[in-house]
Amino acid sequence: MADAEKRPRPLPRPTPETQHFWDGTRVGELRLQRCLDCGTVYFPPRPFCPGSGSRNVEVFRASGKGTLLSYVINHRQHPSFDSPYSIALVQLEEGPTMMSNIVGCEQTPEALVLDMPLEVTFEDHGDIVIPLFRPA
Amino acid sequence: MTVAIVGAAETTQLGKIPDTSQIELHADAALNAMADAGLTPADIDGVATAGESPVGIAHYLGIAPRYADGTSVGGCSFMLHVRHAVAAIEAGMADTVLVTHGESGRSGIGRGGRGGGGGAGLPDQFEGPYGGMGPTTMFTIGVLRYMKQYGMTHEQLATVAVVQREWAGMSPRASYRDPITVEDVMASRMIAYPFHLLECCLVTDGGGALILTKAERAKDFPQKPVYIMGTGESVETPMVSQMKDLTSSQAFRIAGADAFKSSGISHSDVDHLMVYDAFAHLPIWGLEDLGFCERGEAAGFIEDGNTRPGGKLPLNTNGGGLSYMHSGMYGMYALQESVRQMRGTAPAQVPGAEVSVCLGVGGMFAASGCIVMTNSEPA
Repeated sequence: MADAEKRPRPLPRPTPETQHFWDGTRVGELRLQRCLDCGTVYFPPRPFCPGSGSRNVEVFRASGKGTLLSYVINHRQHPSFDSPYSIALVQLEEGPTMMSNIVGCEQTPEALVLDMPLEVTFEDHGDIVIPLFRPA
Repeated sequence: MTVAIVGAAETTQLGKIPDTSQIELHADAALNAMADAGLTPADIDGVATAGESPVGIAHYLGIAPRYADGTSVGGCSFMLHVRHAVAAIEAGMADTVLVTHGESGRSGIGRGGRGGGGGAGLPDQFEGPYGGMGPTTMFTIGVLRYMKQYGMTHEQLATVAVVQREWAGMSPRASYRDPITVEDVMASRMIAYPFHLLECCLVTDGGGALILTKAERAKDFPQKPVYIMGTGESVETPMVSQMKDLTSSQAFRIAGADAFKSSGISHSDVDHLMVYDAFAHLPIWGLEDLGFCERGEAAGFIEDGNTRPGGKLPLNTNGGGLSYMHSGMYGMYALQESVRQMRGTAPAQVPGAEVSVCLGVGGMFAASGCIVMTNSEPA
């Protein structure tokens, strides 16, 4: 997505509560959390359930499958991206939504069709691996 | 004495806590206090905090509040939060207020995330990497979903900007006053599909101020009094990607419902409406979330001329953020126009207007405040 002269995309600094997520992407897994009391699947990570307040939660590997919920195609210049590029919201199969970029297709309204099936793919930045999505 | 403290707790650990980020310190203390009181997040309807935003704390804890206090004046912020909470509870603005503190003062874990990427805050980690360029990409990201769900057309979205330019044309202080057409909007530069330049707010400089006092004193002042009939507020999430429903703002719905309830008005009482329009879809969300239109019908409502000069619900009569001005925190200018309309001094005055509703937004649907004003003297 970014050419050689571009700066790398802004990378996250994991915190103790999000470390499992970023450890997961490094081994090719998209990880979510589930409340063992009320069953809520949630994202982004935290060590308790935002549905019930329970601290009785677990981390699990998600399917990596989802659909295209909504997006914009940014036309302004960005130091790390070649415009135009999509910024998308993905509806994950397990329930939560997450922001990402859709890669592996034209960045046009014609190619980016709402509700199209997507699957996770990973972009390696060394210590940090970013989850992206592509048409499934 | 009408208000009591029923839950109180510190974090599970104190001292040196390198395995816990700052927001989790807030949450840990909050969960401990809730356990102390026998409550869960669903029982809390007010959030006050400093150091972190009450938006972030409410969303992190899973609270949908109708009262939020982010007063941040240093180490005594929590004393002010308690005082404000007493007033809020006595006024019926909230029943159960949570005041939180958490600070990774020694270990510095998860401090200072501002959402621009490269940081440790949740927006930095989970939205920052994807090339967002602030509001033009983040505020607008749910609109394609709305268009698919309700059949709104690109032309209808453009019509919002066209109608507001009509109002701006009547306002000498508006930044842009020349009439525009739907074709002009559609031909303007693409900023972030589906948004064109003329569907995005201006970037300008300015300021505003308000002075409030008791209604019984109001007639001693030189200007016609404008009375506050009711108010509402809420916060949802600091991350647009985590909105419960992209096609509607939970914060708008909670703030609007409280404003209507506390003022005792119905929709037919409203003569004038302001909806903070950072982008052209905001008035559509506002009309629906305040209950003036059914879901999916606001774009047609605007297209049919109901919010134009002479329409039955004059909306954004200064031209709004799209044409009047937008300094970044436009809410002050929406309030100023509501005051002018209630004083009868607006350049595009709505004849005989007695009730004005003013709906504001903060962040990308992160927060909302709603104020109902009238020029009718309280009975």
